[in-house]
Amino acid sequence: MICEKCQKRPATVHVTRIINGKKTETNLCDICAHEENAGFGEPKWMLHSIFADLFNQPVPGSHALPEKREETVRCEHCGFTDAQFAQVGKLGCPKCYEVFENKLEPVLRRIHGNPGHTGKIPKRTGGTIGLRKEIEELKLELKAAVGREEYERAAEIRDKIRGLEKKLG
Amino acid sequence: MSIKDTVTSAKSKWAEGTGPDIDVVISSRIRLARNLKDYPFPHFMSAEQAEQILHGVRTAAMQTEAVEKIGMPEFILLSELTTTERQILVEKHLISPHHIENPENRAVVLAADESVSIMINEEDHLRIQCLLPGLQLEEAWNLANETDDILENTLDYSFCEKKGYLTSCPTNVGTGLRASVMLHLPCMVMTKQVGKVVAAIAQLGLAVRGYYGEGTEAYGNIFQVSNQVTMGHTEEEIVKNLFTVTRQLAAQERATREKIYKDNKHVLEDRIFRSFGVMSHSRVMTSQEALKNISNLRLGVELGVLKNLNFAQINELIILTRPAFLIKKAGRDLNAEERDLLRAEIIREKMTTIER
Repeated sequence: MICEKCQKRPATVHVTRIINGKKTETNLCDICAHEENAGFGEPKWMLHSIFADLFNQPVPGSHALPEKREETVRCEHCGFTDAQFAQVGKLGCPKCYEVFENKLEPVLRRIHGNPGHTGKIPKRTGGTIGLRKEIEELKLELKAAVGREEYERAAEIRDKIRGLEKKLG
Repeated sequence: MSIKDTVTSAKSKWAEGTGPDIDVVISSRIRLARNLKDYPFPHFMSAEQAEQILHGVRTAAMQTEAVEKIGMPEFILLSELTTTERQILVEKHLISPHHIENPENRAVVLAADESVSIMINEEDHLRIQCLLPGLQLEEAWNLANETDDILENTLDYSFCEKKGYLTSCPTNVGTGLRASVMLHLPCMVMTKQVGKVVAAIAQLGLAVRGYYGEGTEAYGNIFQVSNQVTMGHTEEEIVKNLFTVTRQLAAQERATREKIYKDNKHVLEDRIFRSFGVMSHSRVMTSQEALKNISNLRLGVELGVLKNLNFAQINELIILTRPAFLIKKAGRDLNAEERDLLRAEIIREKMTTIER
């Protein structure tokens, strides 16, 4: 069936309107339907509703029935609730990531595969994370150097590790 | 350029029309999402907290080091601009449509050449954006990264070891990095290859969408490709991945152009010169028609068929003919018909400056 408005694209939306008891039916393509405001909302809305569905899944192993409403979890830092997240698809404050950690996990896994952050670390609020990561990398390098019997290089790396560990205190 | 010039001039760093792979890649963009610790995210904070964020970011962006790196930044409160001027910033790709939905307590820091813009209190406290012409993803990343380092001198970012930079929406958490390129793919559209490309690219963690137009239509054959996943890869990996895919897409578009031009030279040249005629003489032109004809002219420049036209002029035509820009030019509100008249007039005027 062709869209009744543009007469070009295939009709994918069936619109039934009842105004003052008078019923009209039209078949529109998704673009004309969107223009007529007959669509089913913005893609943004869809994204949020996907989050909501993921967020409201029972935690594996908890045996909670999906119909049974769990108690609202509230972030003690900003007052944001898990119900609000399900509504807007956004969190209230950075601390919400800890507060809702269990429930956020399936969401993050679905979006990113949830492998953990491997990128940039800020200098001020990153604390000793950068230093610790550097030491871990050097330790791997040390092992490889020993494996290749490059003992001079291994000694260099070992000194470097000791220096960094001193900084850690 | 000051904000007064920004909203009246069609010039912008990204629109300069020079850079690697400029025959396919219009521009490259890096966007970093950052939030300050101890504050709720923008959608959930009080007006007082929003003002504190504005003040903090303004101070950070105006330190000597930042002024040098960003290049004469200007701090602009969105509430001090008119609705039309705010819309022009969106049309020039300097801020997001979301940013102007509610201008209260929102601002932008803009570099003089418009290559760097920092949105304040959008979905996240800071959105650092670097926008350069052609395929310059790595350059844009370096600029964004250095700007981020300098801002961090005085700002405490919210960060966690496992989840990285914490963002308002979980789709941005981790690196907070969204890298994207704007591509002109007229011949892949002609040969109906774009649909297949969209499917293939999704497998690589990238998304493709038409830049202008709604739903599945891409007016002007302009597409945006960007990374979807922001966590689990380093910034360099994300940038490299998009760079590699973009190079492949550019090569494929070029090969398709050559093939069509070789097999159907007259058909393609006819299409380009017809658009040249329409652009030179029309009295009424809708936005959609303008984008279609500008795409044909761009293809003419890309193929070397239109020798007296360059990419900077093509980009200028796009910016000049967007709705808010027309309203600003007219100095009063215009309805759709009035805009179509003025659009045709401005295009005709521009076309007379081009030598035949």
